[in-house]
Amino acid sequence: MIAYVLRRLVYGFATVLGVLLFLFFLFFLYASPEDIARRAIGEKAPPAAIEQWIANHGYDRPLVWNPEDPTDSLLVEHFRRMLTFDFGRSDADDVPIRQRLAEGAGPSLALMVPLFLFELLVSVTLGLFVATFRETYIDRAGVAICVFAMSVSILLYIIGGQYLVGRVLNWFPVSGWDASPSVIARFLALPVIVGVLASFGEQVRFYRTVFVEETARDYVRTARAKGCGDARVMWRHVLPNAMIPILTQVVVAIPFLFTGSILLESFFGIPGLGSMTVDAIQGNDFATLRVMVFIGSLLFILAQIATDVLYTLADPRVRLE
Amino acid sequence: MSEARARARELVLEVRDLSTSFPIDGARRRVVDRVSLEVAAGETLALVGESGCGKSVTALSAMRLVPKPGLVESGTIRIGGKDVRTLPVTEMRRVRGNDVSMIFQEPMTSLNPVQTCGAQVVEGIRLHHRVSNAEARRQAGALFSQVGIPDAEARLDAYPHQLSGGMRQRVMIAMALASRPRLLIADEPTTALDVTIQAQILELLRSLQRDLGMAILLITHDVGIVNELADRVAVMYAGRIAEEGPRRDVLGAPRHPYTQGLLRSLPGRAAPGERLEEIPGVVPPPSQWPSGCRFSNRCPIAFEPCDSIEPERTAVSAVHGVWCHAVARDLGASEP
Amino acid sequence: MEPHVLSNLITAALAILLAAALLRARRDPLWRGAGRELARRRPIAVSVVALYVLIAGLDSIAWVDGHAPGAKAESGTLQGQARSVIDRLFPADFQERSYSAPLATHELYGEEPLLHPGKHLLGTNMIGQDVLHLTLKGARVALVIGGLTSAIVIPLALLVGVSAGWVGGRLDDAVFFVMSTLASMPTLLLLIALIMALGTGTTQVCLALGITGWVGLARLVRAETFKIRELDYVQAARVLGTSELRIVWRHVVPNLMHLVLITFALLFSGLVLSEVMLSWLGIGIDGSWGRMIDQARSELSREPVIWWNLLASSTALFILILAVNQVADAVRDVLDPRTALEAL
Ligand SMILES: Nc1ncnc2c1ncn2[C@@H]1O[C@H](COP(=O)(O)OP(=O)(O)OP(=O)(O)O)[C@@H](O)[C@H]1O
Ligand SMILES: [Mg+2]
Repeated sequence: MIAYVLRRLVYGFATVLGVLLFLFFLFFLYASPEDIARRAIGEKAPPAAIEQWIANHGYDRPLVWNPEDPTDSLLVEHFRRMLTFDFGRSDADDVPIRQRLAEGAGPSLALMVPLFLFELLVSVTLGLFVATFRETYIDRAGVAICVFAMSVSILLYIIGGQYLVGRVLNWFPVSGWDASPSVIARFLALPVIVGVLASFGEQVRFYRTVFVEETARDYVRTARAKGCGDARVMWRHVLPNAMIPILTQVVVAIPFLFTGSILLESFFGIPGLGSMTVDAIQGNDFATLRVMVFIGSLLFILAQIATDVLYTLADPRVRLE
Repeated sequence: MSEARARARELVLEVRDLSTSFPIDGARRRVVDRVSLEVAAGETLALVGESGCGKSVTALSAMRLVPKPGLVESGTIRIGGKDVRTLPVTEMRRVRGNDVSMIFQEPMTSLNPVQTCGAQVVEGIRLHHRVSNAEARRQAGALFSQVGIPDAEARLDAYPHQLSGGMRQRVMIAMALASRPRLLIADEPTTALDVTIQAQILELLRSLQRDLGMAILLITHDVGIVNELADRVAVMYAGRIAEEGPRRDVLGAPRHPYTQGLLRSLPGRAAPGERLEEIPGVVPPPSQWPSGCRFSNRCPIAFEPCDSIEPERTAVSAVHGVWCHAVARDLGASEP
Repeated sequence: MEPHVLSNLITAALAILLAAALLRARRDPLWRGAGRELARRRPIAVSVVALYVLIAGLDSIAWVDGHAPGAKAESGTLQGQARSVIDRLFPADFQERSYSAPLATHELYGEEPLLHPGKHLLGTNMIGQDVLHLTLKGARVALVIGGLTSAIVIPLALLVGVSAGWVGGRLDDAVFFVMSTLASMPTLLLLIALIMALGTGTTQVCLALGITGWVGLARLVRAETFKIRELDYVQAARVLGTSELRIVWRHVVPNLMHLVLITFALLFSGLVLSEVMLSWLGIGIDGSWGRMIDQARSELSREPVIWWNLLASSTALFILILAVNQVADAVRDVLDPRTALEAL
């Protein structure tokens, strides 16, 4: 088990290096520092200004190989910054990216953790409910509603939610941010509701499929034969057996708890990492974008290893080797 | 069994004219068609028939556990006097596992893979008895010893995948015994096991029945097992009962051509040197069952009414019934 | 080559390909049965998708009106510009100066009379374009997004997945590493990063969607190829000395087609919805419904509320996605025996 985890960590590290290489290719080789400078300060900027920008942002080094000092090239610098979590400065306004990350993580977590928990609770419960009534009109109606909900773009949920709740009903503030504990919930309520609405269709349908598949198994018949009721069968037998697909689904979401929701945050003015990403897009801030992608995949890789370990808890048959 | 006792006997399972249907190839088909069965307290009824003839569906109907698109269409089922079809859901739950338990063919998949064997038996106990967890666990340990699981205490904490097939089937049986049911439905309990283990499990069932006075509805397609365990036999073909009666009558003097064919095709039955006979043709799927007697298209002695009129029960003796036009004709001809 | 000529050629080529594929499928009883079953289960959804395809196709066939000798240039300045069949359903100069409500006779602001009073069924947008016309043209953009991206994803995934699964060994290790690297980056972030680096524009956006989208299918294809490779008749063909390429082409690829079709159907709506998000982030494709929704966002806070732009674009989007989702579900049920059995 420990050997397995170690091996996974080594492979994960290799994957991280792969991601960094990919980012280097994308942001240094494909889009050269010159391109980036031009996008940052304008297509028609004088060459001197562009050179100045490149120098200011430390992009004025050899790309891959510096014959004088092999440790001093953009490639080495890129890897060094990422792997030491230094991250450098924003291309847009020179603020250290680490500082930005530290500021944005709080609001992102404040939005994403409740959203994630609600989503999980709602979709697992509804999934179990619909699966309990499989092959009946409740099930068919449930699936139809899910497909319907899935077909609406998340933007419409956001626009509709803002319009309806904020303007017509005047229930919550439409957008804004105040991190003091007494009012934070008011700013989070609408984005959380919208987030749950936007995702429940797909999620409920997924869990329904998992549960229905699981309900067809023989041990479920055994449980019924010994006198378990529907609810008990679903919660005590089907749900624990469905833990593996559920865990897989849950863990995939974990990186987003930190990187935040790009759409929800920027729509509702929550100053988290999602908003930061949007600012980076609008400000052609490639440095920040690189860091976001890097952190996202780092978390994803760690979460995947965690999933494998959790599998052994969820299912005694799973042996890691 | 004397006739007087037969009349006075107390029925733990009584199935009358049970019909259960599934949608197959776009139409609802009765895969169990007007089946009647009786199991008296303490006796073993073997339900015999080839694969797909509706044995499991009959048993599941009795438990009210027919899987979803399936539907019990008509008939009455009584377990210990309670009408299964009209019982409220919560009452029915109390019947299952308490008045009647069921064990299944596949011990590999019939246990919950993520719960320990002990926990599954404990659940069975606590569903029906208000006892503490510790007490239920003690009882579960005792049940494990009773069904011959060595090192019972330690096995309580084993997961199903850590046990052999035979041990798993013993766990299933322990679970079924949790509430001392008066009736055990065993759906091919040994089919998935190898021969020596089969014998052990059958021996276990026999001794449990002797000790606990439990009735068993034993579903099997193995006539050898019937010989060893059954008091009475019901032969099923294509959703219908073909012949039914005491073991000695049905196996010793079978009247239905299907039962006769079934027995002739057994390796042990043929005289040395004699060729094993087979019933010509194969069991058709439910969508191709003939309209008259279900066996008519494979029957060696089928005559005019067989493929249009369904046979009714003909009493060979007070306890031995056969559903066959030919038998009815012969008996009718000889009697007056 | 002029863009509209290229577009005409591609449309013609696609139409021929589609016809050929349909004809071929008709000859194979399995596919014919699947097609019939699909039409039986989801007649409406299938027709809706067909309608969108038709609209998009008609919008892809364009030509320039020749100067009739001696004819005076019309008042509209569209002379010399290619107009598609869909464009020709509307008058050439079907543009107002600003917003107007559906069927209105005057502009929304300023009360100026419209050039075409009462003719704009769904009103006009900020610069006076007919919303119905724009909405119809959005169908082409949506199908181009789904189609062009699939044209990148499917061959790439097949090539990579089949070669990894068939050859195995080092190649498989390398492919697996590349796939897990790509899959480890959060999709939307990767998409944004790609578009930032590649630049905006239809091809670039589709390329980015393709790069993020091929891994899933390639994984399925790889796993399935592993399985097919071990099948008896494939092994037998190898023993008989049939060339590997021939085996792959004759035995492996045809057995992957149902996977490809299912994935394509499931992928499609995701792609179109992704573009809507990208539009909102300002890196979408011109003329898409996403763009219209993005523009309409601020219009809801105007007084009086301008709702027609949002309603038209989002309804068109919703109906397409709903129909595609339903067709995709049915396709999966029909083609995937495992889930089909489960649905019994
Ligand atoms: N869930 C189901 N859906 C559709 N048809 C079913 C289902 N279960 C049973 N059937 C049909 O009912 C018929 C009888 O099935 P059943 O399982 O009772 O047979 P059996 O006698 O127990 O056979 P075996 O010896 O194989 O267990 C089968 O032919 C099958 O077509
Ligand atoms: Mg059976």
